Amino acid sequence: MKKLIAICFLLVPVIVSATGAGEHLMHVKIDLKDKRSLQHGAKLFVNYCLSCHSASYMRFNRVAKDLGIPRDVMKKNMLFVTDKLGNTMKVAMRKKDAKKWLGVAPPDLSVITRSRGPDWVYSFLNSFYLDEKRPTGVNNLVFKDTAMPHVLWELQGWQRPVYSEHHEGEESRKTINELELVYPGKMNEEDFQAATRDLVNFLTYVGEPAKLVRYKTGVWVILFLIVFLIPAYLLKKEYWKDVR
Amino acid sequence: MNRLLEWIDDRFPLTKLWNEHLAKYYAPKNFNFWYFFGSLALVVLINQFVTGIWLTMSYKPDAAKAFESVEYIMRDTSWGWLIRYLHSTGASAFFIVIYLHMFRGLMYGSYKQPRELLWMTGMFIYLCLMAEAFLGYLLPWGQMSYWGAQVIISLFGAIPYIGDTLTLWIRGDYVVSDVTLNRFFSFHVIAVPIALLALVMVHVIALHEVGSNNPDGVEIKKHKDKNGIPLDGIPFHPYYTVKDIVGVIVFLIFFLAIVFFWPEMNGYFLEHNNFIPANPSVTPEHIAPVWYFTPFYAILRAIPDKLFGVIAMGAAVLILFLLPWLDRNPVKSIRYRGTLYKWILGIFIVSFLALGWLGMQPPTPAYTMFSRIFTVIYFAFFLLMPIYSKLDKTKPVPDRVTYK
Amino acid sequence: MSDSGNSLVSEDEVDKKRRRFLIATTAGVGTVGAIGAAVPFVSYFQPSERAKAVGAPIEIDISKLEPGQRITAVWRGKPVWVVRRTEETLKNLEAMADLLRDPESKVAEQQPSYAQNLYRSIKPEYLVLIGICTHLGCSPTYLPPDAPHTLGPEWKGGFFCPCHGSKFDLAGRVFKGVPAPKNLVVPPHKYLSDTLILIGEDGGAA
Repeated sequence: MKKLIAICFLLVPVIVSATGAGEHLMHVKIDLKDKRSLQHGAKLFVNYCLSCHSASYMRFNRVAKDLGIPRDVMKKNMLFVTDKLGNTMKVAMRKKDAKKWLGVAPPDLSVITRSRGPDWVYSFLNSFYLDEKRPTGVNNLVFKDTAMPHVLWELQGWQRPVYSEHHEGEESRKTINELELVYPGKMNEEDFQAATRDLVNFLTYVGEPAKLVRYKTGVWVILFLIVFLIPAYLLKKEYWKDVR
Repeated sequence: MNRLLEWIDDRFPLTKLWNEHLAKYYAPKNFNFWYFFGSLALVVLINQFVTGIWLTMSYKPDAAKAFESVEYIMRDTSWGWLIRYLHSTGASAFFIVIYLHMFRGLMYGSYKQPRELLWMTGMFIYLCLMAEAFLGYLLPWGQMSYWGAQVIISLFGAIPYIGDTLTLWIRGDYVVSDVTLNRFFSFHVIAVPIALLALVMVHVIALHEVGSNNPDGVEIKKHKDKNGIPLDGIPFHPYYTVKDIVGVIVFLIFFLAIVFFWPEMNGYFLEHNNFIPANPSVTPEHIAPVWYFTPFYAILRAIPDKLFGVIAMGAAVLILFLLPWLDRNPVKSIRYRGTLYKWILGIFIVSFLALGWLGMQPPTPAYTMFSRIFTVIYFAFFLLMPIYSKLDKTKPVPDRVTYK
Repeated sequence: MSDSGNSLVSEDEVDKKRRRFLIATTAGVGTVGAIGAAVPFVSYFQPSERAKAVGAPIEIDISKLEPGQRITAVWRGKPVWVVRRTEETLKNLEAMADLLRDPESKVAEQQPSYAQNLYRSIKPEYLVLIGICTHLGCSPTYLPPDAPHTLGPEWKGGFFCPCHGSKFDLAGRVFKGVPAPKNLVVPPHKYLSDTLILIGEDGGAA
């Protein structure tokens, strides 16, 4: 019997470890308690992303409340498209027009970190490189031939790929080894990574705004159940004294 | 209080029902860990009903609004996120509990005479549960919802002659669409839950008619005292009610820990691609059903023929109905069966889990080969059972249950 | 084995006191848990963030409102009127008392305290009302003082409900002898500037 269960559970770690895809993604440290980072991310999002991408399930007043941004500051600095704090983060651009101008309609970003994962979004933002074959003049390491232009070029500058050659028998293949900065932007590399980290941090918050509440409630619920277990277990033991 | 009870009892068999099913229902005293999962399944069922009713208040079964309405529940309603996670995690928990409950039946021979109908009603519940889970998975209207439904409905297209007509009839459209979503919703929230509820009642009535099996596989009704009470039986209430309360609390600790801390379960309970709204023109790179269907999905993919793949998949589920008649061994419990059966059951469980894992992987040649091997083992377990269950050497079964 | 031979010991050996205590404790903690579990399900019924956003305070610009005119806006799904009253109308309001059911606006819930005055408004010139009849919920018609009517010589302009004939004066006060029981409701509001009124929020001034 015991052996049988042991055999069954041997397979569990195999199943659990079998996740994650092959791409090498940069890792981003998410901290939903870091309000300063979230506020900075919100600012970047509103200034750089929100002109094309919506986050149409997220309300401005929820952001203001959760991130501790005063309502009037929010109204003055972040509301461009709408004048109501209760509205969601929609874009002015119509979907049809966007498709005409950009080829594809930019996706809504409300739950992008839940479908792609924060690491992917972070890597994506950091790995635009110059490619004159593309209509936007740039390509991307994690999302090949993306229709999105390098919106943050002003901050990051422009990167160029450094190739390395592999010889496999007769064939030689060129692969991109790394990206090197050729024209610097307003920020140095470290600051740009910090900025994109804040942006991804904010998007992770937007993916599930109730997450911190969830954790906090969860702790109390589990603690309560453990306390509840004590009298319930003693009661069971007391009754089962009868059984012989 | 007593007079009120008398008044009711004259008009409705309240005391009678209470006694028959709880206070004077005698269950074997030697239930172990595996006997928690019946009552836990009931707890999960109630959770699904209540949270489902609440979700229905805000969900919109409309292709243009469904995805949005789920996010509306997650963000704009008060505590909607918790109710949604309770429901989505509950779906997975339901299958975990039911699989363990069924495994218990396999170990202790709970499907054997006189419990064949009990086993079969349980199998019908399992079928309903699969239908319910499949129908419900379309509702969030994400990419996996959409393409999962597309693939599963297409399976019916394998049926000769009527296949194409049938898939069109199921969808009510040329592709999975708003029409499909709306009818799936109707089945998910009304038809299947009613059937489930009825079947659960039938299952409990059947159980209380024949009495519970136990880890020793001994019929406690063989030895009764002068009042007709089984010597090894104890009243379900209060003994198993207080025990099950403990079981429910421990279960809730695990269940709610997942709900509050890992509701996505790394993409196993809530798939990443399902956070992308359904798009009929882009198929996700890798489609896999949710984990509880993957063993059967792996069997489907293992067979290199569309029709036979579908037949094999269906047979893999339905063959469980025949279990009471495939097993020719007189001994119920694994405790008194031979080493042969222990090994075979162990290998079967490993195959089932392996198929479950393979069903989540992209179909590479190596994986397909493994899927085939495990598919053969899966079916061999059942088809060879009439032979090996007879060959197996058994130990003497005690006359009374063992306790402590 | 005892006399009966079954699996339970006789009842005399049971510690009833301890048992009762444990039942009470488990039931007590369980009740707390049940109440806690009910909280999310009860709370779910409250207005959602979307409903609150739709029902959020609205701003009405009155800079282009001429004397005698009325503008209509929608707040929480109900029509809100702003009427700019003429000097003459304001004078007429003083002489209406005998015709009205509640000329001094004594029914407190029909207006915030800052509108519990002769003109039922913050600034006498501007009247802010919810345009729903207090009888059965129709929206009355605005009849300016100079509009043609068949409501008798005492009529100095006001609101007339087409559903059941209720009449209100230009302060939203109900006439005697009509089905509507109370004056029209003045919503909470405040002036953000001389030309901008915020409906739905008064900064706790009430």
